[in-house]
Amino acid sequence: MADLRTNFVGIKSPNPFWLASAPPTDKEYNVVRAFQAGWGGVVWKTLGEEGPPIVNVNGPRYGAIHGADRRLLGLNNIELITDRPLQINLQEIKKVKREWPDRAMVVSLMVPCDELPWKQILAAVDETGADAVELNFGCPHGMSERGMGASVGQVPEYIEMVARWCKQHTRMPVIVKLTPNITDIRYPARAAMKGGADAVSLINTISSIISIDLDNFSPMPSIDGKGSHGGYCGPAVKPIALNMVAEIARDRETAGLPISGIGGITNWRDAAEFIALSCGSVQVCTAAMTYGFKIVEEMTTGLARWMDEKGYRTIEDFRSRAVGNVTDWQYLNLNYIAKAKINQDLCIKCGRCYAACEDTSHQAIMQSKNGKRHFEVLDNECVACNLCVEVCPVEDCITMVQQTTGTDARTGRKVNRDYANWTTHPNNPMALKAAE
Amino acid sequence: MAARVEGIAGRRLDKAQYAENFADLHPRLTGHEALVEADRCYFCYDAPCMTACPTSINIPLFIRQISTGHPKNAAKTIFDQNILGGMCARVCPTETLCEEVCVREKAEGKPVKIGQLQRYATDELMAEKKHPFTRANPTGKKVAVVGGGPAGLACAHRLSMHGHEVTIFEARKKAGGLNEFGIAAYKTVDDFAAREVEFVLAIGGIAVKTGKAFGKGLKLKDLQHDFDAVFLGMGLQGVNALGAKHEDADGIEDAVNYIAELRQAKDLGKLPVGRRVLVIGGGMTAIDIAIQSKLLGAEDVTILYRRGPEHMKASAYEQELAQTKGVKIKHWVQPKKVLTKGKKAIGLKCDYVKEVKGKLEPTGESLEIGADMIFKAIGQTAIDVTGGALALSGGRIIIDAEKRTSVKGIWAGGDCVAGGQDLTVAAVDDGRRAAESIHAYLMS
Repeated sequence: MADLRTNFVGIKSPNPFWLASAPPTDKEYNVVRAFQAGWGGVVWKTLGEEGPPIVNVNGPRYGAIHGADRRLLGLNNIELITDRPLQINLQEIKKVKREWPDRAMVVSLMVPCDELPWKQILAAVDETGADAVELNFGCPHGMSERGMGASVGQVPEYIEMVARWCKQHTRMPVIVKLTPNITDIRYPARAAMKGGADAVSLINTISSIISIDLDNFSPMPSIDGKGSHGGYCGPAVKPIALNMVAEIARDRETAGLPISGIGGITNWRDAAEFIALSCGSVQVCTAAMTYGFKIVEEMTTGLARWMDEKGYRTIEDFRSRAVGNVTDWQYLNLNYIAKAKINQDLCIKCGRCYAACEDTSHQAIMQSKNGKRHFEVLDNECVACNLCVEVCPVEDCITMVQQTTGTDARTGRKVNRDYANWTTHPNNPMALKAAE
Repeated sequence: MAARVEGIAGRRLDKAQYAENFADLHPRLTGHEALVEADRCYFCYDAPCMTACPTSINIPLFIRQISTGHPKNAAKTIFDQNILGGMCARVCPTETLCEEVCVREKAEGKPVKIGQLQRYATDELMAEKKHPFTRANPTGKKVAVVGGGPAGLACAHRLSMHGHEVTIFEARKKAGGLNEFGIAAYKTVDDFAAREVEFVLAIGGIAVKTGKAFGKGLKLKDLQHDFDAVFLGMGLQGVNALGAKHEDADGIEDAVNYIAELRQAKDLGKLPVGRRVLVIGGGMTAIDIAIQSKLLGAEDVTILYRRGPEHMKASAYEQELAQTKGVKIKHWVQPKKVLTKGKKAIGLKCDYVKEVKGKLEPTGESLEIGADMIFKAIGQTAIDVTGGALALSGGRIIIDAEKRTSVKGIWAGGDCVAGGQDLTVAAVDDGRRAAESIHAYLMS
């Protein structure tokens, strides 16, 4: 049986599944229920500095996009950091950590951009016996207007500065949570590293307007007829998160920087993909908010079974295995030839491949043969774009088949099995000339 | 619990039981169910369902319109091709038309529920009580439509849309044809047929004259004289004979007539039905009368058909529906003689038959089955009501692709034409196509 235990920058947990800093981790009651359900750890919902509690709106905080059967695909929220008194949160963190010593207890923090407030709150968290802190530089709404959250995360210099303060004032590992609302995620990651952060976690939510009410023309969720941008999360953001994680994992400067992966993780498979891109733990929120805490059972058993089937004994056995395969376009093998192939036994003749190819792509699929409805790929037109594969409603009906011998019917060129990429391509004016 | 009274009797059930038995066979989908079902449609290229639909409704489009929250646009898409789309959604044998060729039928044996989605959409728009079409400017042309059934209504509606004045001549007391007087009651509850006629006529420009039929004062010559064009859609008037001895005994009924009575009955308890009922035939009418006899409280209902299940005109789905309702279907038996006691029919003597070189031959075995009531559901026949004016084939009017008869200025469609499918939806298609042809003719 696979061993799911993880040790992420010294934070130990029985499995890599942590609940992300968010409503599910706002208080003892929720966190204890989460631990009872089997979650490996939590990042306690962001604490702010001592003082009058945070005020949230009294109207709706969430909006969502749904699939046809109300499957929640993307969620957006305008909730702020914890609105409970700091001391109560600290007492509860201490109590829960004492009662659940084997679980990861990370505390998310967000205070103004001065050294003193950071120093003070770190001392208070130190007291609780928590395993680590996560600096919330990502929250895109509300707090960012007050100079915190994403407004810090969008300025690499601030990240570096705050990270450095934190490392000076605490014994605990420091994780910097990054905002995706930035053009190049590598800059804030490098800044966190320079500031001495032990790890980064990403992505936080993406600035978003989930929808417009076409009756009153208010953005949703609507507060008395007005709406504000919120933070977008859930299954829909996973591809964005995977890319940002990969960018950091393969960047020369940040390679090896521990990453806690966040963004649309809904099941074991999503988690495995983040881990394959080097994440040492994964954080989940929307899936738990949609289905409740019990989904972690599917995640742990699913990941374990897959590891068993693949022969991976520990998480480390497959962690980072995908990083080396993420490359730039210019290094992709231009001599790799593939053609779409439609399995006629599986084809149900819906013609979606034909419509997609004929209307929007390369006119490489025929729609009839001998007067009968029949869909077949024309190798002399097929560029192997994969669109037909993706629009086909039948799994594995259309596949991409590599051509390893003969001539490419489309180009008339002989298949060359040697690797060759754009950097040496004759059409590239910047091509590197082979050494004479 | 049905009262086990011997012979033919009414009030076999209590009031509540009649209501339950004759309730909607397929209650309409809820909004959420419709969205989920609509999402199953793949929006096929050159969709097979659309090709299979006799009225060529753009099915992928209307389903997509449902899925994006506009069932009324979906209904408009349906009505563009088939103004009786509401009834067709209820009575079309979709299992042998659109849903049979749905790619999901092939993929998983579960086609998209096109019929139910069509009903959902059309119900939404019809509830609005606002007619979705407007008439073109008046052309000053007048068209006579004989028969107020599906073919006639579809033809009249399209003609009116093009700005012509239409007069429908209907033999019965109200329009609707088999939608009103045929078809199983549980497929069209809450007086839907009459409401649909009202919906169609709401476009305006269509006058309905009831009690008018050929042979009852109406003359084709007069129509030709008084109108710029004539459309004939009067259905079939005759009923096939059984050819068995004592066919005229008491207790033997034409299913078509009985169903017409049932459809108009205000109190189903007043409809007498046998305790043991036999139905002769293999089409939709046989299934409809058998099921409804059962629903009226008959204890045993048996359909007798002279060939095998695969030869029945009723679809496999309809056969199964009958069997689920407790109807027994006996195959390869042919009625030979009605058994009588005095003037009353008390059963049937049948021969077992087999097929030899395409023809039925007795096997030599026979069978006697007792019954209080025997329904003939062996098909309707055409009677030439036009007085030999038109070219016929097998008694039915010969038409071309544009639904023109052999006589200039006269079109025909529905069950009275040769080569038809005897389906509501096919009649609607005839009517609409004929109207387009008439319009082109009148405007040229």
